[in-house]
Amino acid sequence: MTLSTEHAPEHAPKMARLSLSERLQPWLPVLLVPALVLAGYLMISSPSSWLTLTVSGLAMGMMIFVIASGMTLVFGLMDVINFGHGAFVSFGAFVGVSVLLALSGMTGAPSLMLNLLAVGAAMLAAMAVTGVLGLGFERIIVRPVYGSHLKQILVTMGGLIVAEQLIHVIWGGEEIFIGRPEMLKGSVTVFGATLEKYRLVAVGLGLVLFVIMRAVLRNTKLGLIVRAGVENPEMVQAMGYHIRRVFVLVFVAGSALAGLGGVMWALYQEMITAHMGMEIMILVFIVVIIGGLGSVEGCFIGALLVGLMQNYTAFLEPKLALISNIALMVAILMWRPQGMMPVIKAK
Amino acid sequence: MIRFFLSGDHPQSRVLTALLLVILVTLALAPFLFPGTRSLETAARICIFIVLVASYDLLLGYAGIVSFAHTMFFGMGAYGVAIATQRMGTGYDAMIVGTVAGTALAAVFALGIALFSLRVRAIFFAMITLAIASAVGVLVSQLSGITGGEDGMNIRIPRELTPAFRPFDEPVLGLRITGRHLNYYLVFFSCLIMFLVLLRVVNSPFGRVLQAIRENAFRAEAIGYRVVYYRAMATVLSAAVAALAGAVFAIWLRYVGPATTLGVEIMLDILLIVVIGGMGTMYGAVIGTVVFVLAQNYLKDWMGGASDATSFLPLVPDLLNPDRWLMWLGILFILSVYFFPSGVVGRLRGKA
Repeated sequence: MTLSTEHAPEHAPKMARLSLSERLQPWLPVLLVPALVLAGYLMISSPSSWLTLTVSGLAMGMMIFVIASGMTLVFGLMDVINFGHGAFVSFGAFVGVSVLLALSGMTGAPSLMLNLLAVGAAMLAAMAVTGVLGLGFERIIVRPVYGSHLKQILVTMGGLIVAEQLIHVIWGGEEIFIGRPEMLKGSVTVFGATLEKYRLVAVGLGLVLFVIMRAVLRNTKLGLIVRAGVENPEMVQAMGYHIRRVFVLVFVAGSALAGLGGVMWALYQEMITAHMGMEIMILVFIVVIIGGLGSVEGCFIGALLVGLMQNYTAFLEPKLALISNIALMVAILMWRPQGMMPVIKAK
Repeated sequence: MIRFFLSGDHPQSRVLTALLLVILVTLALAPFLFPGTRSLETAARICIFIVLVASYDLLLGYAGIVSFAHTMFFGMGAYGVAIATQRMGTGYDAMIVGTVAGTALAAVFALGIALFSLRVRAIFFAMITLAIASAVGVLVSQLSGITGGEDGMNIRIPRELTPAFRPFDEPVLGLRITGRHLNYYLVFFSCLIMFLVLLRVVNSPFGRVLQAIRENAFRAEAIGYRVVYYRAMATVLSAAVAALAGAVFAIWLRYVGPATTLGVEIMLDILLIVVIGGMGTMYGAVIGTVVFVLAQNYLKDWMGGASDATSFLPLVPDLLNPDRWLMWLGILFILSVYFFPSGVVGRLRGKA
C-alpha cells in the first residue's frame, strides 16, 4: 500500500521486499490467540490452573465457533443477520437431550463405544431437526424481508420469541438436567492439571469441524461458489449459478450446526432452558463482530479469543467475565473497525 | 391551544382521536374510576410505559436505529433514584439528585455508545447494544454492594407520596385521597409532559432530519446534514427520556431490581409495543401500550378459558395455555412487520 501511487489499483505490484511488520500484518489476528494464552499464563500464577482454564476456554470457544460459523456465512452470503439463530441452539439442545434421555441405557453403560454412539445419535437428530427448522425459518420468516436490515432484525427477533414459546409448549417450561454419558464423566490429570474429559472431546470435535469446514470451503466447487458469493453474489448469479439455492443450503447447514452446538453446550452446562439460545447469542454476536462478518477463519479466532478471555477473567475476577468480552470487542473494533478478517466491504 | 400542545401533529383519524381521548380521560381519572390498588398500579404502569415506548419510537421509528439497550437507560434512571435515596436519606432533594444523576449518566453512556458504534451499520449497532446491555445487566446483579444485586433495592420516599399520608378528612368524590394518589398524579403529569415534549421533538426540524436520515442516510449526508451527529443526538435524547421514565417508575414502585427494569423481557415488550402500535407515529406508543397491557391481562384469561374448552384435543390446549400468550403476540408481531409495517395507528390513519 505504501508504494502505490494515487491512481494505481490497490493490487499494484511492489518491487521492494516487504518489511517484517508488513508481512506479519495478515497474520496478526492468528497471533492474538497465543498472545492471549501467554498473557493468561503470566497472570495466573499456577500453571496447573492455567492449563485447566485454557482447555476449558478452548472448549467453550469451539462450541461458540460451531454456533457462530453458520451465522457469519449467511450474513456474508445474503446480507441477512439472523437474530433467531439462538432458537436453533435451544431446539438442538432440547432434541438432543430428549434423545439422550431416551437412550439412557446406552449413555449409562460403561462402554465408550455405546456412549459415543448415543451422543452421535443425539447430535444427528438435533442437526436433522434444526436443519429442517432452518429451511422453514428461511422460507417463512426471512425470505420476505431481504434487503431491509430493520425488518430482518424485527422479524427474526419475533421468530425467536415464537420458537422459545414453542419449546415451552413441546417440552414444558422447566429446565432439564442432563448428566454426561458414563465414560465422558470425570476428568484426567495431565501435568497436575485436572482436565474434564468432555471438554477435551469438545475441543477435538470443534477442531475437526473447523478443518472439515475449511476443506469444504477451500477445496470443493460448492465452497468456491459460496466464497465467491460472499464476495459478490450478483457476479455468481451472472455466472449461471443459482445463488439463492446455495444460500438456502448454507442457511440449513448453519442451522444444523447451531443445533449441534446446542447439544454440545447442553452437555457442557449439564442443564438446558428454553432461553439458553438467547444467552449464548450474546457471545456469538461478539464473536461474529470481532471476527469480521462473513469470515469463517475470523469467526474461529474470535471464538477462541472470547472463550479464553471468558475463562481467564472468570478465574481472576469473576464479576468482570462478560465485561471483559465487551472490552475485547471494543479494543478489536478500535484496531480494525470491520472486524479482524472482514471478507465483505461495509455496504 | 391544542395545536400548540400537540405540536401540530394531529391524530388525523376520527377513530384514533376518540381512542386517544378515552385513554387520556381514563388515565387522568383512574383513581376515581377504578378504586383499588391493582388497577391504579396498572394505570401508572401504562403511563410510564407510554413514555418509555415513545422514547424508543424516537430511535426506532424516526431515526431507524435498532437498539437493544433501551432498558439499560431505563434502569439507570431507576437505580439513580434508588442509590441516591439510600445514600442521602429520604427526601425530595435525594429524589431530584438521583433523577438528574441517573439521566446524566444515561446521556453520557448513550453518547459514548453512539460515537463508538453509530458509524457502523444498523445490524452492528443492534448487536453491540445487545451485548453491552446484557453486560450491564450482569454487572448490576453482581455488584450487590451498590445495587442490591438480584434482590434489588427498596426505596423510601417522602411520606406525602405514600398511602399513610391523608391530606383530607373527608372523601373527595367518593374517594379517600391518600399520598398514593398524589404519587399517581406525579406519575401521570410527568409522563404527560414527557410525551408532549417527545411529540414536540419529532415534529421539530430536528425530527424531520431524523426521518430524512431514516429514509436515505446517504442522501441526507449529501444535502449537508451530519448524519452521525443527528443519530447520536437522537440516541442521547431517547436515552435521557428513558432514564427519566425509569426514575418516575422507581418512585412509583418504591423498588428497583434487575428483573423490573433491566430484563431482556422488558426490552422485547418495548419492541413488540412499538411495532404493533405503529413505528414513527408517537401515538402508536399510546395505543400499543394500552393494547399490550390489556392483552397481557385479559388475553391470558381468555386463553385459559379456550384452553379448558379444548382440553379433549391433543396439543391445542398447550398452545392455548395462558402462559403461552407471548407466542401469539410474537406471531402477531411477525405478521404486523409483514403486513402492517405502520402498525395500528398507521392503519387507522390510512382509513381516515
